Amino acid sequence: MILQINGEPVDVQIDTLADLLVARGFGEAKVATAVNGQFVPATARADFVMSDGDRIEVLAPMQGG
Amino acid sequence: MRDFYGTTLANGFMLGSAQYPSPAILADAFKRSGASVATVSLRRESGQDRAGQDFWHLIRDLGVHILPNTAGCHSVKEAVTTAHMAREVFDTKWIKLEVIGEEDTLQPDVFGLVEAARILSEDGFQVFPYTTEDLVVADRLLHAGCEVLMPWGAPIGSGLGLNNIFGLRAMRAHFPDVPLVIDAGLGLPSQAARAMELGFDAVLLNTAVAKAGDPAAMAEAFATAIRAGQLAAIADPMEPRDMAAPSTPVIGKAFLE
Repeated sequence: MILQINGEPVDVQIDTLADLLVARGFGEAKVATAVNGQFVPATARADFVMSDGDRIEVLAPMQGG
Repeated sequence: MRDFYGTTLANGFMLGSAQYPSPAILADAFKRSGASVATVSLRRESGQDRAGQDFWHLIRDLGVHILPNTAGCHSVKEAVTTAHMAREVFDTKWIKLEVIGEEDTLQPDVFGLVEAARILSEDGFQVFPYTTEDLVVADRLLHAGCEVLMPWGAPIGSGLGLNNIFGLRAMRAHFPDVPLVIDAGLGLPSQAARAMELGFDAVLLNTAVAKAGDPAAMAEAFATAIRAGQLAAIADPMEPRDMAAPSTPVIGKAFLE
Protein backbone atom coordinates (compact mmCIF):
# COMPACT_ATOMS: atom_id res chain seq x y z
CA MET A 1 0.00 0.00 0.00
CA ILE A 2 1.02 3.58 -0.48
CA LEU A 3 1.46 5.80 2.59
CA GLN A 4 2.40 9.45 2.83
CA ILE A 5 5.22 9.65 5.38
CA ASN A 6 6.04 13.27 6.22
CA GLY A 7 4.62 14.25 2.85
CA GLU A 8 6.55 11.66 0.82
CA PRO A 9 4.75 8.74 -0.87
CA VAL A 10 6.20 5.40 0.25
CA ASP A 11 5.20 1.90 -0.89
CA VAL A 12 5.27 -0.48 2.11
CA GLN A 13 3.97 -3.89 3.09
CA ILE A 14 3.72 -3.20 6.81
CA ASP A 15 0.59 -3.35 8.96
CA THR A 16 1.19 -1.39 12.16
CA LEU A 17 2.53 2.04 12.90
CA ALA A 18 5.04 0.59 15.37
CA ASP A 19 6.50 -1.72 12.73
CA LEU A 20 6.62 1.12 10.22
CA LEU A 21 8.68 3.27 12.59
CA VAL A 22 11.14 0.42 13.18
CA ALA A 23 11.44 -0.22 9.44
CA ARG A 24 12.09 3.46 8.77
CA GLY A 25 14.80 3.61 11.44
CA PHE A 26 12.74 5.47 14.05
CA GLY A 27 12.57 2.55 16.47
CA GLU A 28 14.58 4.20 19.24
CA ALA A 29 14.14 7.80 18.13
CA LYS A 30 12.42 10.50 20.17
CA VAL A 31 9.48 11.16 17.89
CA ALA A 32 5.73 11.74 18.09
CA THR A 33 3.29 10.42 15.52
CA ALA A 34 0.02 11.45 13.96
CA VAL A 35 -2.07 9.67 11.33
CA ASN A 36 -4.45 11.65 9.14
CA GLY A 37 -4.17 14.60 11.49
CA GLN A 38 -4.92 12.61 14.65
CA PHE A 39 -2.31 12.16 17.37
CA VAL A 40 -1.35 8.52 17.91
CA PRO A 41 0.40 8.08 21.28
CA ALA A 42 3.47 5.87 21.47
CA THR A 43 1.53 3.37 23.56
CA ALA A 44 -1.04 2.93 20.76
CA ARG A 45 1.37 2.42 17.86
CA ALA A 46 1.67 -1.38 18.16
CA ASP A 47 -2.08 -1.80 17.75
CA PHE A 48 -2.56 0.89 15.15
CA VAL A 49 -3.23 -0.77 11.79
CA MET A 50 -2.62 1.49 8.83
CA SER A 51 -4.62 1.72 5.63
CA ASP A 52 -3.72 2.57 2.05
CA GLY A 53 -3.41 6.33 1.61
CA ASP A 54 -2.84 7.14 5.28
CA ARG A 55 -0.90 10.31 5.98
CA ILE A 56 1.73 9.60 8.64
CA GLU A 57 3.50 12.45 10.41
CA VAL A 58 6.69 11.69 12.33
CA LEU A 59 7.80 14.73 14.31
CA ALA A 60 10.95 15.26 16.33
CA PRO A 61 12.35 17.95 18.64
CA MET A 62 13.40 21.00 16.67
CA GLN A 63 14.55 24.58 17.23
CA GLY A 64 11.74 26.95 18.15
CA GLY A 65 11.03 30.42 19.47
CA MET B 1 8.56 36.52 41.78
CA ARG B 2 5.26 34.93 40.77
CA ASP B 3 5.55 31.25 39.97
CA PHE B 4 4.61 29.51 36.76
CA TYR B 5 2.17 26.68 37.48
CA GLY B 6 3.98 26.00 40.76
CA THR B 7 7.47 26.32 39.31
CA THR B 8 9.65 29.14 40.58
CA LEU B 9 12.15 30.21 37.95
CA ALA B 10 15.65 31.38 38.79
CA ASN B 11 15.18 34.45 36.60
CA GLY B 12 12.84 36.06 34.10
CA PHE B 13 14.69 35.07 30.95
CA MET B 14 13.01 32.69 28.51
CA LEU B 15 15.11 32.18 25.39
CA GLY B 16 14.20 30.66 22.05
CA SER B 17 16.38 28.04 20.40
CA ALA B 18 15.82 28.88 16.71
CA GLN B 19 17.87 30.69 14.06
CA TYR B 20 21.34 30.44 15.63
CA PRO B 21 24.28 30.19 13.21
CA SER B 22 25.28 26.81 14.67
CA PRO B 23 24.44 24.40 17.51
CA ALA B 24 27.67 25.40 19.27
CA ILE B 25 26.71 29.08 19.20
CA LEU B 26 23.24 28.18 20.46
CA ALA B 27 24.74 26.32 23.42
CA ASP B 28 27.17 29.16 24.11
CA ALA B 29 24.37 31.74 24.00
CA PHE B 30 22.29 29.76 26.47
CA LYS B 31 25.22 29.42 28.86
CA ARG B 32 25.99 33.13 28.72
CA SER B 33 22.28 34.00 29.09
CA GLY B 34 21.69 31.94 32.20
CA ALA B 35 18.12 31.65 30.84
CA SER B 36 15.85 29.49 32.93
CA VAL B 37 13.57 28.38 30.10
CA ALA B 38 14.24 27.27 26.52
CA THR B 39 11.49 27.25 23.92
CA VAL B 40 11.51 24.42 21.40
CA SER B 41 9.30 23.07 18.65
CA LEU B 42 8.41 19.96 16.69
CA ARG B 43 9.05 19.44 13.02
CA ARG B 44 9.15 16.57 10.58
CA GLU B 45 12.13 14.33 11.21
CA SER B 46 14.07 13.67 8.04
CA GLY B 47 14.85 10.08 7.15
CA GLN B 48 18.61 10.33 7.15
CA ASP B 49 20.27 13.03 9.19
CA ARG B 50 18.19 12.71 12.37
CA ALA B 51 18.70 16.39 13.18
CA GLY B 52 15.94 16.26 15.77
CA GLN B 53 17.70 13.65 17.84
CA ASP B 54 20.95 15.65 17.97
CA PHE B 55 19.02 18.80 18.85
CA TRP B 56 17.20 17.00 21.66
CA HIS B 57 20.49 15.93 23.26
CA LEU B 58 21.83 19.48 23.00
CA ILE B 59 18.75 21.03 24.62
CA ARG B 60 18.47 18.40 27.33
CA ASP B 61 22.09 18.99 28.33
CA LEU B 62 21.44 22.71 28.90
CA GLY B 63 19.60 21.80 32.09
CA VAL B 64 16.84 24.41 31.65
CA HIS B 65 13.05 24.14 31.73
CA ILE B 66 11.66 23.16 28.33
CA LEU B 67 8.70 25.09 26.89
CA PRO B 68 7.49 23.51 23.63
CA ASN B 69 5.51 25.71 21.28
CA THR B 70 2.78 25.27 18.69
CA ALA B 71 4.41 27.78 16.35
CA GLY B 72 3.01 27.91 12.85
CA CYS B 73 -0.37 26.48 13.82
CA HIS B 74 -3.31 28.36 12.34
CA SER B 75 -6.22 26.29 13.60
CA VAL B 76 -7.42 25.01 16.97
CA LYS B 77 -7.19 21.41 15.79
CA GLU B 78 -3.63 21.83 14.54
CA ALA B 79 -2.51 23.52 17.76
CA VAL B 80 -4.18 20.96 20.02
CA THR B 81 -2.73 18.00 18.09
CA THR B 82 0.73 19.59 18.11
CA ALA B 83 0.45 20.17 21.86
CA HIS B 84 -0.33 16.50 22.42
CA MET B 85 2.65 15.45 20.33
CA ALA B 86 4.89 17.91 22.18
CA ARG B 87 3.76 16.65 25.57
CA GLU B 88 4.77 13.14 24.64
CA VAL B 89 8.12 14.03 23.09
CA PHE B 90 9.27 16.55 25.68
CA ASP B 91 7.54 14.94 28.66
CA THR B 92 6.15 18.21 30.00
CA LYS B 93 2.69 19.66 30.62
CA TRP B 94 3.93 23.10 29.62
CA ILE B 95 2.88 24.35 26.21
CA LYS B 96 3.46 27.73 24.61
CA LEU B 97 0.18 27.99 22.77
CA GLU B 98 0.27 29.86 19.48
CA VAL B 99 -2.74 30.01 17.17
CA ILE B 100 -1.68 32.40 14.46
CA GLY B 101 -4.40 34.51 12.92
CA GLU B 102 -2.70 36.84 10.48
CA GLU B 103 0.37 36.36 8.31
CA ASP B 104 1.82 39.87 8.12
CA THR B 105 1.85 40.53 11.84
CA LEU B 106 1.74 36.91 13.09
CA GLN B 107 -0.73 38.14 15.63
CA PRO B 108 -2.72 35.53 17.50
CA ASP B 109 -6.19 34.40 16.49
CA VAL B 110 -7.48 35.16 19.96
CA PHE B 111 -10.80 33.38 19.38
CA GLY B 112 -9.07 30.14 18.43
CA LEU B 113 -6.54 30.71 21.19
CA VAL B 114 -9.20 30.80 23.90
CA GLU B 115 -10.86 27.67 22.52
CA ALA B 116 -7.57 25.76 22.26
CA ALA B 117 -6.53 26.93 25.73
CA ARG B 118 -9.78 25.58 27.18
CA ILE B 119 -9.41 22.21 25.47
CA LEU B 120 -5.79 21.82 26.55
CA SER B 121 -6.32 23.05 30.12
CA GLU B 122 -9.15 20.55 30.58
CA ASP B 123 -6.76 17.88 29.35
CA GLY B 124 -4.16 18.69 32.01
CA PHE B 125 -1.87 20.97 30.04
CA GLN B 126 -0.31 24.03 31.65
CA VAL B 127 -0.86 26.59 28.95
CA PHE B 128 1.34 29.63 28.23
CA PRO B 129 -0.83 31.49 25.71
CA TYR B 130 0.75 33.87 23.21
CA THR B 131 -1.85 36.63 23.21
CA THR B 132 -2.32 40.37 22.80
CA GLU B 133 -2.64 42.96 25.56
CA ASP B 134 -6.45 42.89 25.23
CA LEU B 135 -7.89 42.67 28.75
CA VAL B 136 -11.10 40.94 27.72
CA VAL B 137 -9.20 38.22 25.89
CA ALA B 138 -6.89 37.90 28.89
CA ASP B 139 -9.87 37.39 31.15
CA ARG B 140 -11.29 34.72 28.82
CA LEU B 141 -7.95 32.91 28.82
CA LEU B 142 -7.87 32.87 32.61
CA HIS B 143 -11.40 31.49 32.70
CA ALA B 144 -10.35 28.87 30.16
CA GLY B 145 -7.82 27.61 32.68
CA CYS B 146 -4.63 29.55 31.90
CA GLU B 147 -2.60 30.64 34.92
CA VAL B 148 0.01 32.52 32.88
CA LEU B 149 -0.45 35.12 30.12
CA MET B 150 2.05 36.04 27.44
CA PRO B 151 1.13 39.28 25.66
CA TRP B 152 3.18 40.33 22.67
CA GLY B 153 5.49 43.33 22.83
CA ALA B 154 5.45 43.71 19.05
CA PRO B 155 5.07 41.36 16.06
CA ILE B 156 7.26 38.25 16.23
CA GLY B 157 10.74 38.85 14.89
CA SER B 158 10.19 42.61 14.40
CA GLY B 159 12.54 43.86 17.11
CA LEU B 160 10.28 46.87 17.65
CA GLY B 161 10.08 46.48 21.42
CA LEU B 162 6.99 47.39 23.43
CA ASN B 163 4.45 48.80 20.99
CA ASN B 164 1.76 49.55 23.54
CA ILE B 165 3.20 50.57 26.88
CA PHE B 166 -0.19 51.85 28.04
CA GLY B 167 -1.91 48.55 27.28
CA LEU B 168 0.82 46.49 28.91
CA ARG B 169 0.81 48.68 32.01
CA ALA B 170 -2.98 48.33 32.20
CA MET B 171 -2.65 44.58 31.90
CA ARG B 172 -0.14 44.45 34.75
CA ALA B 173 -2.39 46.57 36.94
CA HIS B 174 -5.52 44.61 36.02
CA PHE B 175 -4.06 41.17 36.82
CA PRO B 176 -1.73 41.79 39.77
CA ASP B 177 -1.46 38.12 40.73
CA VAL B 178 -1.10 36.55 37.28
CA PRO B 179 2.40 35.75 36.00
CA LEU B 180 2.85 37.86 32.86
CA VAL B 181 5.49 37.32 30.19
CA ILE B 182 6.29 39.64 27.31
CA ASP B 183 6.53 37.27 24.37
CA ALA B 184 7.83 38.44 21.04
CA GLY B 185 8.94 41.64 19.39
CA LEU B 186 11.90 42.58 21.58
CA GLY B 187 15.01 43.74 19.78
CA LEU B 188 17.20 45.37 22.42
CA PRO B 189 18.12 44.71 26.04
CA SER B 190 16.78 48.14 27.04
CA GLN B 191 13.32 47.01 25.86
CA ALA B 192 13.57 43.91 28.04
CA ALA B 193 14.60 46.06 30.99
CA ARG B 194 11.57 48.28 30.34
CA ALA B 195 9.27 45.26 30.36
CA MET B 196 10.64 44.13 33.69
CA GLU B 197 10.45 47.67 35.10
CA LEU B 198 6.74 47.61 34.25
CA GLY B 199 6.44 44.64 36.58
CA PHE B 200 6.34 41.80 34.10
CA ASP B 201 7.62 38.52 35.43
CA ALA B 202 9.65 37.43 32.43
CA VAL B 203 10.44 38.09 28.81
CA LEU B 204 10.56 35.54 26.03
CA LEU B 205 12.72 36.33 23.02
CA ASN B 206 14.64 34.60 20.30
CA THR B 207 15.51 36.58 17.18
CA ALA B 208 17.16 39.48 19.03
CA VAL B 209 19.78 37.09 20.39
CA ALA B 210 20.02 34.54 17.58
CA LYS B 211 20.38 37.14 14.82
CA ALA B 212 22.82 39.40 16.68
CA GLY B 213 26.36 39.57 15.32
CA ASP B 214 27.54 37.92 18.54
CA PRO B 215 24.61 35.92 19.94
CA ALA B 216 26.38 34.90 23.14
CA ALA B 217 27.32 38.48 24.02
CA MET B 218 23.78 39.65 23.24
CA ALA B 219 22.39 36.87 25.44
CA GLU B 220 24.44 38.15 28.34
CA ALA B 221 23.37 41.73 27.59
CA PHE B 222 19.72 40.70 27.78
CA ALA B 223 20.32 38.75 30.98
CA THR B 224 21.90 41.81 32.60
CA ALA B 225 19.08 44.08 31.43
CA ILE B 226 16.39 41.69 32.64
CA ARG B 227 18.04 41.53 36.05
CA ALA B 228 18.35 45.31 36.19
CA GLY B 229 14.71 45.81 35.24
CA GLN B 230 13.52 43.25 37.75
CA LEU B 231 15.56 44.85 40.56
CA ALA B 232 14.15 48.25 39.59
CA ALA B 233 10.59 46.95 39.77
CA ILE B 234 11.22 45.48 43.21
CA ALA B 235 12.85 48.73 44.31
CA ASP B 236 9.61 50.65 43.59
CA PRO B 237 10.53 53.37 41.09
CA MET B 238 9.76 57.05 41.72
CA GLU B 239 6.80 58.69 40.02
CA PRO B 240 7.78 60.86 37.04
CA ARG B 241 6.70 64.51 37.14
CA ASP B 242 6.54 67.30 34.59
CA MET B 243 8.35 70.02 36.54
CA ALA B 244 11.85 70.07 37.97
CA ALA B 245 12.43 69.43 41.66
CA PRO B 246 15.90 70.20 43.03
CA SER B 247 17.67 67.20 44.44
CA THR B 248 20.22 69.25 46.37
CA PRO B 249 18.80 70.81 49.55
CA VAL B 250 17.92 74.50 49.16
CA ILE B 251 18.02 75.21 52.88
CA GLY B 252 21.45 76.32 54.03
CA LYS B 253 22.55 77.54 50.64
CA ALA B 254 25.07 80.42 50.96
CA PHE B 255 24.02 83.93 49.97
CA LEU B 256 26.67 84.96 47.45
CA GLU B 257 25.01 87.72 45.43
